[in-house]
Amino acid sequence: MLEVTSLSKSFDGFKAVNNAGLIVKNGETVAVIGPNGAGKTTLFNLITGVIRPDSGKVLFKGEDITGLKPYQVCRRGISRSFQVVNVFPRLSVFENVQVSVLSRQKKTWNLFTPSSRLAIAETDRILENVGLSDVRDNTSTALSHGERKVLEIAIALGGNPEFLILDEPTAGMSPEETSRCIDLIRQLKEKLGITILFCEHDMEIVFSISDRIMVMVRGSTIIEGTCDEVRCCQEVQDAYLGGSDVCLM
Amino acid sequence: MTGSFFRSRSAWAIAGLIVLFLFPVFFDRFYVYLTAIILLTGLCATSLNFVLGYGGVFQFHHAVFYGVGAYGTALMILKSGLSPWLGFIVGPVVAAVLGLIIGLICIRLSKLYFGMLQISLGSLVWAIVYRWYSFTGGDDGIHGVPLPDIISSPNGAYYFTLIVTSASMFVLYRMLKSPFGSALQGIRDNPVRSEMIGVNVRLQQLLALTIAGFFGGVAGALFVVVDNTVFPDMMFWTLSMELVIMCLLGGWLSYLGPMVGAAVIVLLRTYVSGITVYWALVLGIIMMLVIFFLPNGVLGYLDRFLKKKARAR
Ligand SMILES: Nc1ncnc2c1ncn2[C@@H]1O[C@H](COP(=O)(O)OP(=O)(O)OP(=O)(O)O)[C@@H](O)[C@H]1O
Ligand SMILES: [Mg+2]
Repeated sequence: MLEVTSLSKSFDGFKAVNNAGLIVKNGETVAVIGPNGAGKTTLFNLITGVIRPDSGKVLFKGEDITGLKPYQVCRRGISRSFQVVNVFPRLSVFENVQVSVLSRQKKTWNLFTPSSRLAIAETDRILENVGLSDVRDNTSTALSHGERKVLEIAIALGGNPEFLILDEPTAGMSPEETSRCIDLIRQLKEKLGITILFCEHDMEIVFSISDRIMVMVRGSTIIEGTCDEVRCCQEVQDAYLGGSDVCLM
Repeated sequence: MTGSFFRSRSAWAIAGLIVLFLFPVFFDRFYVYLTAIILLTGLCATSLNFVLGYGGVFQFHHAVFYGVGAYGTALMILKSGLSPWLGFIVGPVVAAVLGLIIGLICIRLSKLYFGMLQISLGSLVWAIVYRWYSFTGGDDGIHGVPLPDIISSPNGAYYFTLIVTSASMFVLYRMLKSPFGSALQGIRDNPVRSEMIGVNVRLQQLLALTIAGFFGGVAGALFVVVDNTVFPDMMFWTLSMELVIMCLLGGWLSYLGPMVGAAVIVLLRTYVSGITVYWALVLGIIMMLVIFFLPNGVLGYLDRFLKKKARAR
């Protein structure tokens, strides 16, 4: 479904993403792992058009989407959440998700129908699914960090995506919030059949929900394979964990 | 049931309109004129706030659209020989087109730079109007624009202004509550995220700028009706600053904030500039007080105050 080939991007000569490659098949859940600063977020930014690559190609459903604007990428069926909470601070929780639904329904040029009559059921269903119904009318600034991270995902779901990119969805969440969030991601994958690409530092989560894993170090793809292949790979042990006492097994 | 009606917005709007309709019965000509000026200035500030407070666009030279709307109307009436009513459409449309053109040139720049470039382009328009004696009357402006009989009396002008302002305020309000308005406020809050949910941010902002230009132009056309004149200072940058201050003072996150701000500033300008020539100084001090003490404006403050009281109960 998504095919990234030899993608590169440098910032002032620093190669943040260097010749990275990645394949995600329809229905799969794929994790990108790598140490801090490996270029995971930059990779997602390149795929979604937030920044333009220096070279390389991104194919989505066989079509070239390299260098498209974010709104064009979104309209092809790719939604994403952000690592750093990136919501609409002055809008209510409901409106945050509603505006995303309205945008997908191509209603943002409608000047005269009140929004309060549009996209209500769908927005409420999404809030119900992610467990934010109770705080529906709060402004997003009144939410806890964990709730805001969930709102991140809810906004992305407003686009009814075929392909969902999650940048460290559970970062900063409490253990209970984390487990609820993982259940949610499983649900998206199993019930809605959404193809998911995500990155995450917590290895337990990575191994429990992904079908395949891509390991990224200093901007490059080290290995791409199933959980077991990655677990056993000496290169990963050396490069990624080098010297640390974290145990992948 | 009745309680909720009296607390509803439409009830307040209707009450306000009734008061304004009866106003000329009880007050003399000067106050009627002053109220008309407040209404149209308030409309102008509201149209600015459409893109400033709700769109997050640093529209720093909105007076240009006000002035162009006024000149468009006056020149159309004077020079075309067609029905004067046509002038009231042509003025705002010219302002809207100018809003689109200036928007197209500035939209690529980020916030503050957008504002800066707009000030320069707006000043260019001002300079053209100021210098082009044969067409615009230069710094003399145009006096005694002939108007249709029904709106040429002071009360006629007042009611025309009241009706057009109310209708425009209603239309702008509906637009802000529409999906277009939702997307616009999303862009204000977070343009990057807006793009990522599929909103074409620039195109959306361009339409907003065109609409803001149009209603700024409507306010200008109303000034022609109320005052019978147009002059280049209508689009001088100091008026644009006043308009921004009106939004901040009244509350740029409240729909009626700019209208309230316009009332305060117009009244102050009328009474204070009679006493002192240091109007700019007075404005500067107001601006500072607002920034320090009323960061959400008068209405923002009231809103918070009322909510606190409701919670205490
Ligand atoms: N806009 C930018 N300008 C300059 N350098 C950047 C920019 N964005 C990212 N970088 C640099 O690129 C490198 C990769 O950053 P990136 O955010 O992609 O890493 P990451 O893998 O997501 O890390 P983390 O796990 O901490 O989120 C970092 O060294 C970062 O400083
Ligand atoms: Mg990152």
